[in-house]
Amino acid sequence: MIFNFIFGRRKKQRKHRASALADLQLGESAILGDMELALPVAEHLMNLGFVPGLEVTVARSSPGGDPRVYRVEGIEVAMRRDLSRHIHVELLGAPAFGD
Amino acid sequence: MTCHAVARPREEALGTSYRTIAVVGPPNSGKTTLFNRLTRLRQKVGNFPGVTVEHHTGYVRDSEGHEVALIDLPGVYSLTPKSEDEKVAVDVLTGQMPGTPHPDAVIVVLNSTNLHSHLVLAGRVIALGLPTLVLLNMADELRKQGGHVDVLSLARQLGTPVALVSATTGEGIVAVQNFLSSATASPEPLELPVVGSTRGYREWAVKVGTNAKYRRPATPVWTQRLDSIFLHRTWGAIIFGVVVVGVFQTIFAIGQPLSNLLQHFLDVSGSQIGNHLPQGMFSSLIVNGVWKGTGSVLVFLPQILLLFLVIGILEDSGYLSRAAVIADRTMSRVGLNGKSFIPLLSAYACAVPAIMATRTIESKRDRIATILIAPFMTCSARLPVYTMVIAAFLPNRPVLGVFLGTRALAMLGLYVLGFLMAVFTARLLKSSILKSKDAPFILEMPPYRWPTLVSLGLRLVDRGKAFLYRAGTVIMLVSLLLWAATNFPMHRGQPPAVQDSVVAWVGHAIEPAIRPLGFDWKIGVGLLTSIAAREVIIATLGTLNGIDPQSHAVDLQAALKHELTPAGAVALLVFFAFAMQCMSTVAVVRRETNGWKWPVLQFGYMTVVAYVAAFAAYNIVGHFIH
Ligand SMILES: Nc1nc2c(ncn2[C@@H]2O[C@H](COP(=O)(O)OP(=O)(O)OP(=O)(O)O)[C@@H](O)[C@H]2O)c(=O)[nH]1
Ligand SMILES: [Mg+2]
Repeated sequence: MIFNFIFGRRKKQRKHRASALADLQLGESAILGDMELALPVAEHLMNLGFVPGLEVTVARSSPGGDPRVYRVEGIEVAMRRDLSRHIHVELLGAPAFGD
Repeated sequence: MTCHAVARPREEALGTSYRTIAVVGPPNSGKTTLFNRLTRLRQKVGNFPGVTVEHHTGYVRDSEGHEVALIDLPGVYSLTPKSEDEKVAVDVLTGQMPGTPHPDAVIVVLNSTNLHSHLVLAGRVIALGLPTLVLLNMADELRKQGGHVDVLSLARQLGTPVALVSATTGEGIVAVQNFLSSATASPEPLELPVVGSTRGYREWAVKVGTNAKYRRPATPVWTQRLDSIFLHRTWGAIIFGVVVVGVFQTIFAIGQPLSNLLQHFLDVSGSQIGNHLPQGMFSSLIVNGVWKGTGSVLVFLPQILLLFLVIGILEDSGYLSRAAVIADRTMSRVGLNGKSFIPLLSAYACAVPAIMATRTIESKRDRIATILIAPFMTCSARLPVYTMVIAAFLPNRPVLGVFLGTRALAMLGLYVLGFLMAVFTARLLKSSILKSKDAPFILEMPPYRWPTLVSLGLRLVDRGKAFLYRAGTVIMLVSLLLWAATNFPMHRGQPPAVQDSVVAWVGHAIEPAIRPLGFDWKIGVGLLTSIAAREVIIATLGTLNGIDPQSHAVDLQAALKHELTPAGAVALLVFFAFAMQCMSTVAVVRRETNGWKWPVLQFGYMTVVAYVAAFAAYNIVGHFIH
């Protein structure tokens, strides 16, 4: 059972290795990648600490599931799905399971 | 005349000193707290980004006694402004703000618990080439949460003085005095090896931080714990609702008895004064004009203070930002976003600062929409009117035990009514003249902080003073004018009966317009005077009531029952919920939108809505209750 569970997870992670911030579940972490956003918006996020290469965690969710609060280096920022959809992330841990 | 003639001779002798220093930094880093500590002023501080939206100047003395102007600025994340408040900061910093001198030095206030991001801004400011002092604020939090930074190393790398400080405790603040005295020392410009892009700056900042052995503190445990409740997927919304309902019950359950006590005191002292004055015009002026008029507003001081206490706790604790996240979904339905929620919530205190606070909204159209709907939020000036009318017509019975009574429920209903009209109007605006694509919603969550008793206490003192000042100026003036008008034209040296006075004459003139709403001439006069400010209607009714022999003996609530039918009372409440009776609001909208177009439109719209809704309420309610 546990074996299955781990395997199931692994498969799922593999399938979504490169996905968007919006696809992460509450509590999950990943590495920030590129942002496909208008320059001022991307710059603003970077000034807040959302810099590609850093670890991001889905920290909280508002009652409706959108917006959600993301944490990077201790800074928590709320944004809606319409932005987080355009922020690429690289899932953590996937390589650790071995390919 | 040459330029030399205007040079300041004393300073030439003593060497130069800074004359104007700008305080810049990211939002919520403690700039205003520092500014207040240094200048002994009391500008508004709060635990959410975007508290300061204007530049404020205060003065400090350097060790030689020279006065130095310190300018507190709104927070900025970069030197490319995206909103009005950021534009103010950047304009002042770069000397482009009319009426403000170009600063000759800068104090950068950073949050030391978030150094990597904040050093980016420091780098950009240092690159401007002005003498700069870098303060790493919140040293207390850094230490408590196990963070560390080597200040000397930072100073070496940045080429500026750097100090670890705490603006709240005062730790390390001497650095500012040292900086002021160092003005004579020739600055040693240091070429910072930075590239222009944000990413380049960030890489530089991380390198500088790493060299200075920066260890980021752990995320505060309490913030984690509280957020796991306040931003819980199900509990979050429920707690939000409980907070709101609790506020109303508090205002009634605690505020009302205090108000009654104050009322009793004012009544007794009023009749004491009356007894000591010789009978006649003068006694009537003091007792009926001033005391009854102004006093009837003064009794609401406890309720107003309670309201401000609650808002103060929300603002200082950091919950406000969470509330904005929870509210974002609702706001998005009407085309706005959670950013608009913060000014709207502060509009519960007063629309004027709320309209100023819209400066933080990046989208111009969203900002105008928020300005236009802000006066629908129930401000503290409506509170006395609501309380008085509700208390006069509605007996208090428990609805949910001690938690909610009928009066608190009615009050809550009026707040909801104003909110719904705001939402409806926003929807209307955002789907027509102010249509725009959804603006991005990005909001930083500050850590929770304990609201300090001192800061809450000072807020209440300031608020109380402002309320008393208003009672002592506008409201007293209106009371006096009204008293005068009720005493003219004199009839054989005797004041006329109220019905024959100038006031009644004016009141009767507008009566046909307001009769359909169930209001008589006295209420009409109240509506007229309340254009100056809403709560003036109470002073007006207080004065008219004090003078009218028919109602002289009874208190204002009892007199009101005489004046209005229950349906008329509902109509009055509805009218006050929607009408824009506040000249200060009109003035601030004009200033913030740079013209008369929006305030005129807003005033017209709100008046029409108020009239129509009051008319409907009077007729519908009148149909059921007689
Ligand atoms: N623990 C701690 N809290 C601080 C310190 N300095 C400021 N604060 C708190 O940080 C919050 C923000 O302070 P403000 O002075 O309003 O910050 P600001 O930089 O003026 O913010 P904006 O005007 O929004 O840009 C308030 O809750 C302060 O009480 C400090 O040294 N230590
Ligand atoms: Mg400030």
